[in-house]
Amino acid sequence: MTGPTRIGTGFFDQSATPVHFRFDGQTYLGRDGDTLASALLANGVQVVGRSFKFHRRRGIYTAGPEEPSALVTVIGPYGREPNRPATTLVLYDGLVAESQNRWPSLRVDLLAVFGRLSRFLPAGFYYKTFMWPAAAWERVYEPLIRRAAGLGRHQAATNAHKIPAATAQVHTDVLVIGAGPAGLSAALSLSAAGLRVILADQDEHLGGGTTLDPDWHPWRAAMLERLSADPLVRLWPRTTVIGAYGHGVFGALQTTRRRAGPAGDIVPETLQIIRAASTVLATGCVERLIALPGNDLPGVMLAGAALRYLVGHGVAPGHRTVIFTNNDDAYATAVESRRRGSAIEAIVDVREYSPAADRARGAGLTVYAGAKIEAILGERAVRAVRVRDREGQRFTLPVDCVLLSGGQTPATALATQLSADLRWNSAIAAFTPDLSPMIGQVAGAAHGVCGLSAAVEDGQSAAQQIAQTLGLRPIVISDFPTAPADAPRADLEPCWEIAGPGKAFVDLQHDVTTADIRLARREGYEHVEHMKRYTTHGMATDQGRIGGLVGHAVLATARGIDIAAVGQPRARPFLESVPLAALAGGETGEHFKPKRRLPLHDWHTAHGASFVNAGLWLRPLVYSHDTGWDAVMDEARHVRREAGITDVSSLGKIEVAGSDAAAFLDFVYANRLSTLAMGRCRYGLMLREDGIVFDDGTVARLGKDHFLLTTTTANAAAVLEHLEFHRQTIYPHWDVTLTDVGDHWAQFAVAGPLSRTVLTEVIEGVDLANDAFPFMAAAGARIAGVPGRLFRISFSGELAYEVAVPARYAREVWSRILETGAPLGLKPYGLDALNTLRIEKGHITSAELNGQTSARDLGLERLGKTDGDHIGATLARRPALQGAGRLELVGVRPVDSEQRLRNGTHLIDPDAPTTSLGYVTSCTPATEQVGWVGLALLNDGRIRIGQRLLAVSPLHHESHAVEIVSPHHLDPENRRVRA
Amino acid sequence: MKLSLQRTRKTRADGADSGDYGLLRLLREGLFGHQGWTPAWHKATPRAHYRVIVVGGGGQGLATAHALATEHGITDVAVLEKGPIGLGNVGRNTTIIRSNYFQPDNIRFYEYSLKRWEQLERTLNFNAMVSQRGTLNLFHTEAQRDLFTRRANSMRLLGVDAEALDRKEVKELVPLVDLDHGRFPVLGGFLQPRGGTVRHDAVAWGYARAASRAGVDIVEHCDVRRVVAERGRVTGVETSRGFIGADIVCLAVAGHSSTLAGTVGLRLPLESHVLQAFVSESIKPVLDVVVTYGAGHFYISQSDKGGLVFGGPIDGYNTYGQRGTLPVAEEVAAAGLTMLPGLSRVRVLRQWGGVMDMSMDGSPIISRTPLDGLILNGGWCYGGFKAIPAGGIATAHLIATGEPHEIARHYDLDRFADGRTIDERGTGPYPWAH
Amino acid sequence: MLRIPCPHCGVRDETEFRYRGDATLTRPAADAGDTAFTRYVYERNNPKGWHAEWWLHVAGCRAVLRVVRHTVTHGIHSVTLPHEPADIPVELR
Repeated sequence: MTGPTRIGTGFFDQSATPVHFRFDGQTYLGRDGDTLASALLANGVQVVGRSFKFHRRRGIYTAGPEEPSALVTVIGPYGREPNRPATTLVLYDGLVAESQNRWPSLRVDLLAVFGRLSRFLPAGFYYKTFMWPAAAWERVYEPLIRRAAGLGRHQAATNAHKIPAATAQVHTDVLVIGAGPAGLSAALSLSAAGLRVILADQDEHLGGGTTLDPDWHPWRAAMLERLSADPLVRLWPRTTVIGAYGHGVFGALQTTRRRAGPAGDIVPETLQIIRAASTVLATGCVERLIALPGNDLPGVMLAGAALRYLVGHGVAPGHRTVIFTNNDDAYATAVESRRRGSAIEAIVDVREYSPAADRARGAGLTVYAGAKIEAILGERAVRAVRVRDREGQRFTLPVDCVLLSGGQTPATALATQLSADLRWNSAIAAFTPDLSPMIGQVAGAAHGVCGLSAAVEDGQSAAQQIAQTLGLRPIVISDFPTAPADAPRADLEPCWEIAGPGKAFVDLQHDVTTADIRLARREGYEHVEHMKRYTTHGMATDQGRIGGLVGHAVLATARGIDIAAVGQPRARPFLESVPLAALAGGETGEHFKPKRRLPLHDWHTAHGASFVNAGLWLRPLVYSHDTGWDAVMDEARHVRREAGITDVSSLGKIEVAGSDAAAFLDFVYANRLSTLAMGRCRYGLMLREDGIVFDDGTVARLGKDHFLLTTTTANAAAVLEHLEFHRQTIYPHWDVTLTDVGDHWAQFAVAGPLSRTVLTEVIEGVDLANDAFPFMAAAGARIAGVPGRLFRISFSGELAYEVAVPARYAREVWSRILETGAPLGLKPYGLDALNTLRIEKGHITSAELNGQTSARDLGLERLGKTDGDHIGATLARRPALQGAGRLELVGVRPVDSEQRLRNGTHLIDPDAPTTSLGYVTSCTPATEQVGWVGLALLNDGRIRIGQRLLAVSPLHHESHAVEIVSPHHLDPENRRVRA
Repeated sequence: MKLSLQRTRKTRADGADSGDYGLLRLLREGLFGHQGWTPAWHKATPRAHYRVIVVGGGGQGLATAHALATEHGITDVAVLEKGPIGLGNVGRNTTIIRSNYFQPDNIRFYEYSLKRWEQLERTLNFNAMVSQRGTLNLFHTEAQRDLFTRRANSMRLLGVDAEALDRKEVKELVPLVDLDHGRFPVLGGFLQPRGGTVRHDAVAWGYARAASRAGVDIVEHCDVRRVVAERGRVTGVETSRGFIGADIVCLAVAGHSSTLAGTVGLRLPLESHVLQAFVSESIKPVLDVVVTYGAGHFYISQSDKGGLVFGGPIDGYNTYGQRGTLPVAEEVAAAGLTMLPGLSRVRVLRQWGGVMDMSMDGSPIISRTPLDGLILNGGWCYGGFKAIPAGGIATAHLIATGEPHEIARHYDLDRFADGRTIDERGTGPYPWAH
Repeated sequence: MLRIPCPHCGVRDETEFRYRGDATLTRPAADAGDTAFTRYVYERNNPKGWHAEWWLHVAGCRAVLRVVRHTVTHGIHSVTLPHEPADIPVELR
């Protein structure tokens, strides 16, 4: 084919506004309304890409998302986006595209050598070789294969993390998928029944097949006018439903029409998540190819695609064209082509008779009935076809374009995702779906209805069925636009393959031939799923939409069974490939997860805090931007010597109230809380039902039937869930209410020998004297003038209090305490210092509460109840949780105080250097001693206290002796907290 | 020995492929139109009785049968598969192999497996494209760093490769990683250089071919409806093709273990959950290692064909439907783009799901059962694929000798009652949360 | 995606809920012993078919719901509160 082929004005580009674009470095002129494919065709560009495996020259085969060959890389503000079908890429001024999978150029591709070697590279060849020598796979073979494979080259835009993306949540009564004649009529009917409708179509132009038949344009216009004005109907062009997920949920990819220039804030596409009570699958059908030698040459196209280029864009696919068909639909292309003055050399129809052939002959076209094209000839492009006529005479027809039509395959993917069974429909030689009416209806060509007018009626009837299922009155529309009548039709005659010498392709993108399929069968890969995986048939970006069934038919013939018995591979989402950005939506990068900020976040920031992620919380780690230990140790030592204040507001806080609250706490905690006196706190330990420690915290009794419990920051949500679950399912009749007050209260720990002195200045209503308010006391109090709560609890091991005030007073109270306390020696401290203090004291956090430790492992078994029931009571008593060989909490200290400890270091006996006895969970420089101290979980640890072991970190090439000591490095007698 | 010779001859007479694969044969066949290839495995018709029946023609079942024949000389073995072999989880996973665990019992088992992967092509005479490109785990907090340090040291003590990478080294290894813009910036990574990927379908086919060549009957389209027992001992299985007798029945049907065990009244410590996977369109190489995100469930590699293969968490509720869902797709994509924002315009082609046995402690089960003669290979959770070589050898050992293999002694069923659970992450008996 | 009809909040996406497993299990009495608790904590019917299961509406009313759902088709037969009798499909009764 040479020269431009634009022969008139198309339905989609009536304005004929010129648009400039670049392809492979050359500038071309197209029209507004063109796709890249139609514009390339109009410019006479025939070869647009190379195939995946053999690097064969390929042209434009289809006019839609089913395109296997004409894949290009678009270069624009989003970087290099490979594998875009030129057939769906709407042209815009300044579009830059490149062909792909060729080196160095499209014209001269050195990797086309694979095509020459193709006889040695059949399906699955790589499973049988490249096995020797073993190391060569990663070093030699694999890099070569990886470089040769892979289609287009992707390159991200430099600001990729800033490209916007959007997700929308929508609800409707009925989702109508496909805006062809069936979808349009279903949508109008459903709206007449008072139902809200979303009508989604992958195409820019709604109307499906009605856009390609000028006789139908008035009907289409009338329908769209009505639907556009209908407040119950949302029309969504450029929207592909990518998956059906059950319960009426669908995902749809809605693309924004791309323009030239910087991406700016334009969201390239939106993921619409649709919830619908019912659905109409008016998804239409896809034309399939015929497998015959040479069917991949540039110049071969599907007949329906040619019709779209003719009618939609005024572009003829060739100068001398032959049509090879087994059905009536291809005749429309011939008739339309002739009407527009483009030469059709002949129609070769495998059938003996059809009314369409009569009509074509009447219009002056040549039809060879009962004939077939045996081979398409040509080296670089189509040059001729060899025809075998009814009498068996062979002759060659010089042509530059071959239009194939092997029949229409209904688009059934969504239906099968909705559990529809597929049934073989011999009238169209394809599977059609049986969808449960509870889910929705299939309408039009999608379930085998032929003819536009028949599809209109089918859409109406689908709407009636849905109205009936939803319990509505029958739909009556008196002024439904009148549709043209369908011409008489004949059935197709199945024609899958014309066998002969030469490669006949069933999957053009992956270069799968009929010979590959027969080879797969010969090697035992005869199940359709095995054949697919072995040959990669249908696994390319086009998902085998035009050749999939053909391949299955070839397999059926090879196996000598009926194609209906071969079955179909499961059609999984997505129906069209989806950019990761569209799936991800806006919740990426820094918005990947929420940030939880403490009520005092701004204060901490203003006072130079470094923050650390603790789950979703941002907590002040240390009030310094230095990364070393000095600042941390200054804060920690200050608490030990004088006093510090730290923000512990992220602790979980749950109020438990009701006449059964005490009994409930006895059930959910391993220790007894019902005996807790009012105005007192107690440490609480929760187990899982398997006897392993779940969480710890404190419980304060605020009233007879009113408790406040705290959880670790990490487990706040999980503990609430755990409590709700057990309250509601085990004791649903108990009088207990749980209230999550975690965000209601800000809470600060004031710790250190001077803490009482400091707090005395700001607390009203509570006598802080040791006798009056002893260790583990709790009371309501006015704190810096604000009504709040006061607890005498200590995580640091010092004399300490925690004060809680409503979160909105956090800053006021915190500042007042600091202002008052500073002259007395009070300073803020962060999470790192808090951690140092608790490690020295031997208090545990999530590093030790790791979901693998029992109460006994942590030295807490004495707390547990010995009578009564609680979660985990029975299974905690199992021998394996109680006996020898458990990892038990101990303290560790380097023997040489110059040595530091490291978390994740293992403890070993020098005599058995490959056996880990345990590991260091937490460690810190000590505040009052020289050197480091740590906590460890150690095999039979308690009886090892006093022993020396090696602490090793092979990862860091470290090894030094440590002494196993009590985990309570500091004040084991608890004198300080009771001071 | 005599028995096995007879079987070899019979197999050849059956028309299954008898020649070795290799470059020379490929070239020779190429000259003659590839007409000389024969089925990779013989499609056997079941006999009335076998010494061992392995239920399930997935990776574990086929590897078990292969090991029975090649390591123990037991060839009176049938693998019964409901449909065609290899279409369950062995053909649905994200193809990753590694042995970077924390619990020494797990490290030893998965490392044994990794060593067998390294020999796989020669063991099977089938190129499953074992590609040791390295597996990299990113971390985002100091607490995570500590856990990974603990894990990597655990591995190193047992002689397994593990390396710590700082931010710069992470960026050099995976230029696409965004260290700074994520909600949880990347602080570093841990690399197991010997980890990697394997072409998953080829594993099933390669084991089936090798087992068939060794004399095992691979019986496809034979749906086992129930296990049959008499007087407390297994006698065979009732199938869609009638009763088939056996001295020992091994269930290797992870995802559906509970259903078959239930036919003899066994309740297992398992729930069936769906794990999803995704593949993108083929693009030229952009990612040469396997990367696992540390601040969300996401792991990714690029196949030799060019597709980015990635996965995420389980759906989180009992499911036997092999399907993908939208919320997980959104979550996985969000985690993926937070780690690798440069992939935002890469297009995802397909999503699918596999049904897995999620065990109560997240670790597998290779064990005798309370029913004499019934062996269970299941509970694989996320780890079944990478465990195939070791799982097959350990299960075959248990079947052949009656004693657990030393690498899998701890994967017995009694551990749950005893309290010896192997809970790698301390999640507890909540399968949906593992 | 499941859409679960919460008796308090209406039909909501599964993402608002937290799954809590098999709802047919009954916690043994305190003195029932190891075996009973082992069965309760570890052993599951794990049916391929109708499954009664707990869902906690964490992003809604915080009620625990007993949902009877089919583990293959995902059809929901009934949603009841813990203190209400379970509504099990006829074929399972």
